[in-house]
Amino acid sequence: MSTEKRIQERDVVIQTIAKLMIPFIQLYGLYVMVGTEGAGGGFQGGTVLAASFILLVVAFGVDKGRMKMPEGWNAVFKSLGLYLYAGVGGLLCIIFSLGKAEYLNYCAIPLAKIIGGPATRGFWVGNIVEVGIGVTVMAAFVSIFYDLVRKEEKKEAKE
Amino acid sequence: MLPIEQFPVLVVAISLLSALTILLAGWINKKSCFFISLATITFQFILSIFILHHVLTVGTIHYWLGGWRPPWGIEYVVDALNAYVLIIILFLSLLAAIYSKRSVEHEIDEKKLVTFYTLFQLLVTGLAGVVVTGDLFNMYVLLEVCSLAAYALIAVAGGRALKASYNYLVMGAIGVCFYLLGIAFLYSVTGTLNMGDMRLLLPALYGNKGVQLAFVFMFIGLGIKAAFFPLHTWQPDAYTYAPSAITVIISTAMAKASIYALIRIIFSVFTVDFITLFAPIADIISWVAAIAMIFGSILAIAQFNLKRMLAYSSIANIGYIMLGVGLSTSTTLGLTPALMHILNHALMKGCLFMAACGFIYKADLRDIRDLVGLARRMPYTCFAFLLAALSMIGFPPSVGFVTKLYLIFAALDAGKYIFIAVIFFSTLLMIVYFWHVIEIMYIRVEEGGEKEISVTEVPRSMFIPGLVLAFLCFIVGIIWLIGTPMPLMDAINSGLGLGVVP
Repeated sequence: MSTEKRIQERDVVIQTIAKLMIPFIQLYGLYVMVGTEGAGGGFQGGTVLAASFILLVVAFGVDKGRMKMPEGWNAVFKSLGLYLYAGVGGLLCIIFSLGKAEYLNYCAIPLAKIIGGPATRGFWVGNIVEVGIGVTVMAAFVSIFYDLVRKEEKKEAKE
Repeated sequence: MLPIEQFPVLVVAISLLSALTILLAGWINKKSCFFISLATITFQFILSIFILHHVLTVGTIHYWLGGWRPPWGIEYVVDALNAYVLIIILFLSLLAAIYSKRSVEHEIDEKKLVTFYTLFQLLVTGLAGVVVTGDLFNMYVLLEVCSLAAYALIAVAGGRALKASYNYLVMGAIGVCFYLLGIAFLYSVTGTLNMGDMRLLLPALYGNKGVQLAFVFMFIGLGIKAAFFPLHTWQPDAYTYAPSAITVIISTAMAKASIYALIRIIFSVFTVDFITLFAPIADIISWVAAIAMIFGSILAIAQFNLKRMLAYSSIANIGYIMLGVGLSTSTTLGLTPALMHILNHALMKGCLFMAACGFIYKADLRDIRDLVGLARRMPYTCFAFLLAALSMIGFPPSVGFVTKLYLIFAALDAGKYIFIAVIFFSTLLMIVYFWHVIEIMYIRVEEGGEKEISVTEVPRSMFIPGLVLAFLCFIVGIIWLIGTPMPLMDAINSGLGLGVVP
């Protein structure tokens, strides 16, 4: 604990830079995730979001990181992402079309009647499916990071 | 009412959703994990029965995910072979799930319970996915889903399971890499990943060295996953040290999914023409399978650990299935013996592992020599073990007998009499190691003296699945002999272009 505190006191530069950078990194992650119209970017956006969080932990220590995002949230985010992707994105297509359209066929969503099939497909992929993928990827990366941190903490406790 | 065409994708999608629901529900109530998992697998099993019925009455199901046409989009194809293997896998997963309830409470840290059931459900997702998919790359992804879940589930037991799991991870990763390389080679020459499309495009390219190399790569890769003889080294440790319920599911459902993938690649992506004219591999498979049958049995005799003995016996039985595959091109029976043994071995080995894990559950009895007089203490478990062991030896009218009978028919039909001798010799070896266990359990009752351990029967949820499987060993054997499922076998054989001797 004492070593951690000392390092934190010393690294004013890192803390300030991190404070400045993190909002922009997160904005960039969100842009990669949903800002582009079309498929792709969910995984990359999620990775960038996770990177911003890891930067926070590196700069301010793991205790503050746990305050910002408790470990329990990871499970919730992981499930939430999958629900968005497979549930809202996929199963709803079957349910809305009463079993006529295929799984993941976004043209079956009622929105298609208003703005047309291809536009619905783009909208749904860009705004819901990609967010689902991104949230799951972010939660997975953060939980891997927490697991590594916990292992280090145990090692230090032994010493 | 949903049309049945939707069911193949529901089997996979609902299972995937349920896996992550377990993760959430575990936060609220740890006990609910098991029930969600059980309900999902039961639902999947019911869907798979509808799928088989639909395939047999209407025809092959082609499902285009997202409505994209096949060479571009991913396609799920369910024909008779898929539907048959899907039912086997989900039935065994269901029984393993029922079996898991008490054994997991006993073996695994309560903290890990939630993640255990999440991974268990992911494993079932992957297995079901491997079986229903009609796309080569999709199969690779789902193979990885179930493999990764299996590595973690084996390691849950801790201790020596960690090393076993690591071995399996390295071997399994090499296996799927070989498979991926094979896909890359095929993609580079054909430009498609769809199995049906590949089957149409490949015949013009059979002479291509890249295509032949791809076949070898895919065969080796899936051979590692299926623990086919010289590539089996990960298997005994993984089966021995895994938690009970996981041993049951990976030794039955997972081994069968890998064998299914192998059969699908050999006969459906490549065709019978390819393996008879361009890569004469059928004879090699038969001979290696024959060595596996003898080698596995001999090593099983040498084991003192009951689970390890059953693991080596599995290697011998994979040999039986592969012998059926090797002989299939030269008999009118086609793949029938191999397909029979996929079901038969799943039933027998599931029952045997359930019994063996039951002994460990009650009194930590891992060594065969400690089982003295156990038949009086644990009558139901021992009876299930006895029935399955008799079935394994080939006691008529059990499933083991049916397999051996049909393999002998196939060998006679193909004119390869040497394999009949191999089957008989391997059966003799099986009698040695199974009778050894039965003798210790049933006959040497009084000899144990103080060594006899006072244990009682395992909980009901643990011995009933075993007994169900044990009785099914004989009931299914009689059904095979009556010939009820033969139209299904003929449908599979004709779909793969087998069953007619050129």
